[in-house]
Amino acid sequence: MSDGTFQPRIVAFFCNWCTYTAADLAGISRMSYEANVRVVRLMCSGRLDPQFVVVALRQGADGVLIGGCHPGDCHYQVGNHKALRRFTLLKRLLRQMGIEDERVRLEWIAASEGDKVQRVINEMVAQVRTLGPLRLTDIPQPHGDVVIEPSCCCAEQTMPAP
Amino acid sequence: MLSNSVTASFFGSGAQRNGRKRLAVTELPRELPLGLMEPSGTDEKGLSPNYPRYLGENVMSKPKVGFYWCASCGGCEEAIVDLAADILGVVAAVDIVFWPCAMDFKREDVEAMADGEMAVCFVNGAVRTSEQLEMAELLRRKAGLVVAFGSCAHTGGIPGLANLYSREGVLAAAYDTAFSTLNPEGMRPQTAYAAPEGTVTLPELHETVKKLDQVIPVDYYLPGCPPPVKLITGALGAILEGKLPPKGSILAPEIALCSECPRRDSKPEKLDFTEFKRPHQIIADPELCLLAQGLLCLGPSTRAGCDAACIKGNMPCTGCGGPLEGSKDFGANALSAAASALEATDDASIAVGLAEVPDPAGAFYRYSLPASLLYAKKGN
Repeated sequence: MSDGTFQPRIVAFFCNWCTYTAADLAGISRMSYEANVRVVRLMCSGRLDPQFVVVALRQGADGVLIGGCHPGDCHYQVGNHKALRRFTLLKRLLRQMGIEDERVRLEWIAASEGDKVQRVINEMVAQVRTLGPLRLTDIPQPHGDVVIEPSCCCAEQTMPAP
Repeated sequence: MLSNSVTASFFGSGAQRNGRKRLAVTELPRELPLGLMEPSGTDEKGLSPNYPRYLGENVMSKPKVGFYWCASCGGCEEAIVDLAADILGVVAAVDIVFWPCAMDFKREDVEAMADGEMAVCFVNGAVRTSEQLEMAELLRRKAGLVVAFGSCAHTGGIPGLANLYSREGVLAAAYDTAFSTLNPEGMRPQTAYAAPEGTVTLPELHETVKKLDQVIPVDYYLPGCPPPVKLITGALGAILEGKLPPKGSILAPEIALCSECPRRDSKPEKLDFTEFKRPHQIIADPELCLLAQGLLCLGPSTRAGCDAACIKGNMPCTGCGGPLEGSKDFGANALSAAASALEATDDASIAVGLAEVPDPAGAFYRYSLPASLLYAKKGN
């Protein structure tokens, strides 16, 4: 991975019941996919607070992938509907903020679709690699002697390179 | 007006309403972690050990207070005037030494002060120009306490929405492309111009808009656009009595606006309307929860303290109270609450439902874009 090509960092939020299980299946089936994805397991895609996405982007992710059950298959009945509404609105907001569409993606992946996990991840890594690193405008900090605790705990954390 | 009861009720009421324990001002230890109070028992200067040191050494002279405005509209100055008769109590208790909007003190007067001489300075407005930055840094040196006053200083405010555009984009809109602009010579503001009478200067426009604590350390925050009178009197009382919460605190209740909304009982258990509407499209029922009527009300994610002033005017909350503790990004937080309130379940009905939210960044980051994790449009 040190041949000079850009290695994007992708944070994936997968629902426990479908997409995470599908990722497991991909592993069990020995399907290989790009190693740029860090998977965070959520109980439901409806648990995905849009704040998770912006926190990930601010902390160094170049893209965010969200995976949930197909509509109608939600273990909690309506969680993925909520995810879709939040995602739709968030995408429009991120577009206004100059963040490319390909960087934040929602996919419905059922527990049996290990091959879709492989395909979606490979596709997304290739797309984000083409876009290059996400360079958000730095948040300014006051300079001076007095240090006041940052209001957000993630201000100083960064994600390790892949 | 600056009595114990004002301070006591300042944070207290909200805490009781939602049943959560919060740090009430009156319960704070007398030795505040401000580094500004003498240890107890020191009274060679005739001071009570509990007299707040930042209010000055001489009890006979009143603590010096300043007000300043950066990128703001003047509404925050208006809020101070809104103290009405109570302002007499303020004038009796403090010495106003700097207030460009209302009094004839100059920058030189501030520069002539000793560092820390001013007990407290209330600074409103966001920071975009070199002059605002210089003044903020100067006032930080001269004031014992700096309070970010109002939404613009607290989270960036309306001027902060300029972070959706580049500096060049803002200048082009103002000097070239605006419908009412006629500028055939392509004039742009210059920081210095050699006139026959001498060189005249203008401050430089920065690339982005910053909130106050992105340029200087800030001790306390008073949210609101403008801050409600109740919060201002509460803060003044707390400062004068030395009953301040820990530094960095927001001097407003730690509860969501819905908790103090007069329509809270009409909020249904489950919100599920089919589409958002804008205030001009409906005549809202003056009794019912506005969110339940499909209006984009940010009450669920906005800090209380305003007594739901906008809702009492039958208008939805636009979020000037800023985020609650634990919120990492006000806009994303508010967006989450709003999107989940819709009934729509598929792409087509979601598109219909959200059609009347044409500007999500403007709606959800209306007062807080510079405070958001995204900060500014990428590439600016």
